Amino acid sequence: MQFWNKEAETLKKQKLRELQLERLKKTLRRVYQKVPHYRAKFQQAKVKPDDIKYLEDVNKLPFTTKEDLYVDYPFGLVTLPIEKLIRLHTSSGTTGKPKAIFFSKKDINNSAELIARCLVMTGAKQGDILQNSMTYGLFTGAFVMHYGAEKVGILVIPAGPGNTERQINLMRDFGTTMIHITPSYALYVASVIYDKGIDPRRDLKLKRAYLGAEPYSEETRKKIEDMLGIDIYNCYGLTEMNGPGVGFECKYKAGLHIWEDNFLMEVINPDTGEPVKEGEIGELVLTTLNREAMPLIRYRTRDLTRIIPQPCKCGRTHRRISRILGRSDDMFIVKGVNIFPQQIEQVLMSIKGVAQNYQIVLESYDEMTVKVEIDRELFDGKIERLIKMKEEIIDKIRSATMVKPKVELLEPGTLPISEGKAKRVIDNRTI
Amino acid sequence: MNKVFIISVFAENKPGRLERITKVLTESNINILAFSITSTNGFGVIKFMVNKWKEAYDLLKEKGFTVSLNEAIGIEMKDQPGGLYEVVKILSSKGINIESASVYVAETRKRAYLIVEVEDTVKAMDALKGENLKFLNPEDIK
Repeated sequence: MQFWNKEAETLKKQKLRELQLERLKKTLRRVYQKVPHYRAKFQQAKVKPDDIKYLEDVNKLPFTTKEDLYVDYPFGLVTLPIEKLIRLHTSSGTTGKPKAIFFSKKDINNSAELIARCLVMTGAKQGDILQNSMTYGLFTGAFVMHYGAEKVGILVIPAGPGNTERQINLMRDFGTTMIHITPSYALYVASVIYDKGIDPRRDLKLKRAYLGAEPYSEETRKKIEDMLGIDIYNCYGLTEMNGPGVGFECKYKAGLHIWEDNFLMEVINPDTGEPVKEGEIGELVLTTLNREAMPLIRYRTRDLTRIIPQPCKCGRTHRRISRILGRSDDMFIVKGVNIFPQQIEQVLMSIKGVAQNYQIVLESYDEMTVKVEIDRELFDGKIERLIKMKEEIIDKIRSATMVKPKVELLEPGTLPISEGKAKRVIDNRTI
Repeated sequence: MNKVFIISVFAENKPGRLERITKVLTESNINILAFSITSTNGFGVIKFMVNKWKEAYDLLKEKGFTVSLNEAIGIEMKDQPGGLYEVVKILSSKGINIESASVYVAETRKRAYLIVEVEDTVKAMDALKGENLKFLNPEDIK
């Protein structure tokens, strides 16, 4: 097993907790002194940094939500003089303004360090070639990965997303061994590779892919792994927390290690704000422990997951979380039932004859329509088969979600192809 | 063996689908000899027997249609009252179930063919060997 920073990654549990507490206290003092908004929030909650004596005391502190990022916008939560900031990244917001996150030189370097840990954890090393097919721009995804890979000594091809023809040419001509890409686009690229008659096992050198930025199911991972003959590693991050590299899978692909020396994690009940029992599903809440320019305290990620408390075979002491099970924003309600698009995706991936693209359309509060393309290669001219397949989809979705859907079988290529985040749910309902 | 081939195309039940398919065939000068549509709630399968089936299949595939090539049997019948009855009587006596069917009229009021897809083409043709039936030879429709 390779390590980038073995000492930090395998720090004894007790030492790790001590380090977390020390860094938490330092962070709290920093925001209390330098950020009027945090001071006001703490005062309102009648808590001072010195009241936090143990890690468990963290739940005395108020949450930070995305709304807090718009208070004293845009520099309101920054703890450094503006001239010490070297980078702005933004994340799309719902209020029209983007969420603005600032980085100091040390922050950029640190986020690259964490990515270096992540990449080495999956077996990457000097000599590898990374095709970085995430968007370079305001979004953090591409940059942080880029710097982390360079730190390891990996040759980076800053491809960006889109232009599938060129993506495939880059892979073939330069011998790409790893690719950083969104899951929906990975599926699309893989299908184009097939359509072109390229045998990825023979004609490409691709060994692994890092998939993040949107949720996807285990079935999708397996499908792409089989199509391309590679290992896929799940990665998790959000702009508010440096971007990618907050959580990453190791070789065992059994949950994502969260770098607990850099992030304090909690899983809470999104409705009550109370912690759930360890191992139960809830909303992930993160506190930065090692960020200079813009620390965030108990930030509500809106991502649903659970902590995997068992130690990992890889030897890292940093606990894992399950793959992201959905965003509370993705969740939709039909007939009073909470449904995540991933539940539907899981069903579709298990059915032979269905292609990878799908869409959920909501026209009313008591009905959902699932539109799915049939698999061109598996069409055998028999309508009975299609009718049976449609019934199977309806039955399986009903047993997975408790809601009987309407299903439409579409010709392949009918649904929009995504070259970024796939829009799976079309909600046309008006209140 | 005198198997013929049917081209099956998946289509959503929307205006213009049949038009798009037949336009492709027209432009390549492919003649449709027999034709059927089966549709259900929202989608259907359109089936053609054409003179140049291989060419038509490749062409439709290339144009992005969802298409498959299916084996079928063409059985001669008189294009007169009772013609179809005579043929299906034999099929049912042999326990052959028709999955889809269309008709190719070779000579109006004289000679037509019942074009059927069955579960197992080879087995069905074997079963029909001893009967007094004439099968459509694929060479005759080229």
